[in-house]
Amino acid sequence: MLRYIFKRILMMIPVMIGVTLITFSMMYFSPGEPADYILGELATEEDKALFNEQNGLNRPFLVRFVNYIVDAVQGDFGISYSTRQPVINEILASFPTTMKLSLYAEIFAVVLGITLGVISAVKQYSFIDNFTRILAMIGVSLPSFWEGLMLIILFSVVLGWLPPSGLTSWKHYILPAFTLSTWGLAACMRMTRSSMLEAIREDYVRTARAKGQTEFVVIMKHAFRNAVLPIITVAGTDFAKLLGGAAVIETVFSINGIGKLIVDAINTKNAPLVQGGILFVAVAMSLINLLIDLVYAFVDPRIRSQYSSGKRLKSKSGKKATVS
Amino acid sequence: MSEKILEIKDLFVQYTAGKDIVRAVNGISLTLEQGESLGLVGETGAGKTTTALSIMRLIPHPPGKITGGEIRYRGENLMEKSEAEMRKIRGHEISMIFQDPMTALNPMLSVGDQIAEVVRLHQKISRADAMRKACEMMEIVGIEGGRANEYPHQFSGGMKQRIVIAIALACNPSLLIADEPTTALDVTIQAQVLELIEQLKQKFNTSLLLITHDLGVVAEVCSKVAIIYAGEIVEYGTLKHIYEHPSHPYTIGLFGSIPNLNETVHRLAPIPGLMPDPTKLPAGCAFAERCSEACEACTKSAAPYVEIEPGHMVRCIKFAGKEC
Repeated sequence: MLRYIFKRILMMIPVMIGVTLITFSMMYFSPGEPADYILGELATEEDKALFNEQNGLNRPFLVRFVNYIVDAVQGDFGISYSTRQPVINEILASFPTTMKLSLYAEIFAVVLGITLGVISAVKQYSFIDNFTRILAMIGVSLPSFWEGLMLIILFSVVLGWLPPSGLTSWKHYILPAFTLSTWGLAACMRMTRSSMLEAIREDYVRTARAKGQTEFVVIMKHAFRNAVLPIITVAGTDFAKLLGGAAVIETVFSINGIGKLIVDAINTKNAPLVQGGILFVAVAMSLINLLIDLVYAFVDPRIRSQYSSGKRLKSKSGKKATVS
Repeated sequence: MSEKILEIKDLFVQYTAGKDIVRAVNGISLTLEQGESLGLVGETGAGKTTTALSIMRLIPHPPGKITGGEIRYRGENLMEKSEAEMRKIRGHEISMIFQDPMTALNPMLSVGDQIAEVVRLHQKISRADAMRKACEMMEIVGIEGGRANEYPHQFSGGMKQRIVIAIALACNPSLLIADEPTTALDVTIQAQVLELIEQLKQKFNTSLLLITHDLGVVAEVCSKVAIIYAGEIVEYGTLKHIYEHPSHPYTIGLFGSIPNLNETVHRLAPIPGLMPDPTKLPAGCAFAERCSEACEACTKSAAPYVEIEPGHMVRCIKFAGKEC
C-alpha cells in the first residue's frame, strides 16, 4: 500500500511539470507586458526596461522556464508583482478560505445528495423520487454565477436575511457554500440514485432479505456499501473542482479565496502568482484524486487485495487483523 | 405420519409488466412433511423460483403480487403474517439457497460476517460468538474456518455455494428451499454440493424443497416429485411413481429428452415448441399446444387432478375418463 502511494506521488511530478509548462507558456505568449499593468500608463520606457531587467523578463523562454522550475523545486515561486510579497505567502493566505468554503459546500452536498439519492432509489417513481429528480436536473444545469446572483437578490436585497458579500461571520458562508454545493449535490443525488437502483436489484440483497434482515439494514449495509464507489468518485472530483473552480463564486460573493486570487492575477498579468496558484490547485487536485483511490481500497476488499496481492499468503493472520 | 411442515394451497402469483399481466403461478398446491424432500421440476419460466420466493414472501412488489391461495407453515398461514413476523421466520425457520452463488454473496463483506449476520439476527449471542458459530458452519460445509475473514472473491464458485449453504443452515431451519443449487456449478462440484445438502438434511432433520430442471438431481436427493408446467403442477407423486410410471405427456416428454446410457438412441426426443406466453395462457390445458396426444377437448377446459395410484396425481384429460 505504501509503495503504491509513493508511486502515485512520484507520478505527480510529470503532471506538475506539464501543468507548469502550460500555464507558463500561456502567460508568456499572451499579449500585453506585465510592466504596463504594474507600472501604470505613466511609466517611461526606461522604467519598463528596468522592471523587465529586475524580474528577468527579457531572458529567453526556455531559460526562464527552467529557472522557474529550479526555484519552484526549492519552494520559491517568485514574488507577486502587485504586492511584492512571495507568491507562496499569498497562496497560503487565501487557500484556507477556499478550503473551508469548499469543505462546507461538499459536506452539505454529500450528506443531502446521498440521503435524497437513497430515498429516491428505494421509492422509485414515487412523488419524492420524481420531485428530487426534477430538482437534481435543475441543479446540474443551473449556471452557478447566475444562481449566486439570484440568491443574493432574493436573500440579501429583497429579504435582507443574509449578507451578500465578504466572509466575516457564519452567516456569510451560507449563500456561497450553498451556491457552490448545488452542482455537487445534484450530481451526487443522481449518482446515488442510479447506483443504488442497480445495487438493490442484486442477488446478495435478496440473500440479505432471506436472512430475515430488516429493510433498513438491507439497504444501508448491503446495497449502499456496494453502491458507494461511484458516489465517492463523483463527490471527490466535485470537491477537487470546487477547490480550483470556486473562482466564479468567489468573484460573485467577493470572497478572497484562491480562485479570486488567480482571476485577479490573470487580469493584472501577474505571472508568478498565476503560475503558483494554478500549480498549487493542481497539486491539491492530484492529492484528492489519490485520496479517492485510497478510499476505494478502504471500502472495497476486491480493490484492496489488488494492492496487497502476493504478500497476503505469507502474513495471513497478521494482515487479517488490520483489514477488518 | 409426521407433521405437515409446509402446505401450499391454490397459490396464484402475478407480475405486472406494463399493461400485461404475467401469470407466473396458477393454482399450485403442495404439501411437504417433516424431514421429507420434494423436488419441484420444470423448465425455465415455469414458476419454480416464483413459488419459492412466495414461501419466503420475497416476491418483489411491485411488479409481483400473490393474488390468491395460502401458504401454511406448521399450520400457520404465512400470508397473514406481518413483515416483522416474516423476518423472524426467514433465515430461522425457512431458509433459501439461491441459484447463482457468484452473485448471492455480498462482495463487500467477509464471508464470516455474512454467516454471522444471520446467526446474530435470530440468536441472542455476542458478535464474537456469532463469528465462532460462523467458523463452525464453514467447517461443517467443508471450508477451513480460518478463512472466515476472507471475501467472496477469494473463493471459487463451488466454495461460494457452500458458504451460501452455510448461511442457509446456520440457524437450523426446519425448511430449506434450494433454488437450483447446482445449476451454476460444474458436474463434479454439483455432486459434492448435493451430497453436502443431503448430509446436512439428515444431520439437522431439515425438510427440503428442491427446485431444479435436472431430473438427475431430483433422483439423487428427493423422495417426492412435482412436475410444474406454466405455473401449474401437472404431475405429483413419489420418486418411484414419477420415474417408473411417468404419466403426464409433459413428464414423459421430459424423460424423452434425457439420453439413456443403456439404449442406443440416435436422436433424443425433445418436446417441440415453447412454453405458452404467460401473459396469454390458453383456456384449457397449457401443454395442449405441444402435446402429441392433444385433442379438441384439451384446448377447451383444464383437466382435473386424477389420482391414478395412491399418492400419484396427474392433471391430464387422458386420465379423467374422457376419450379424445
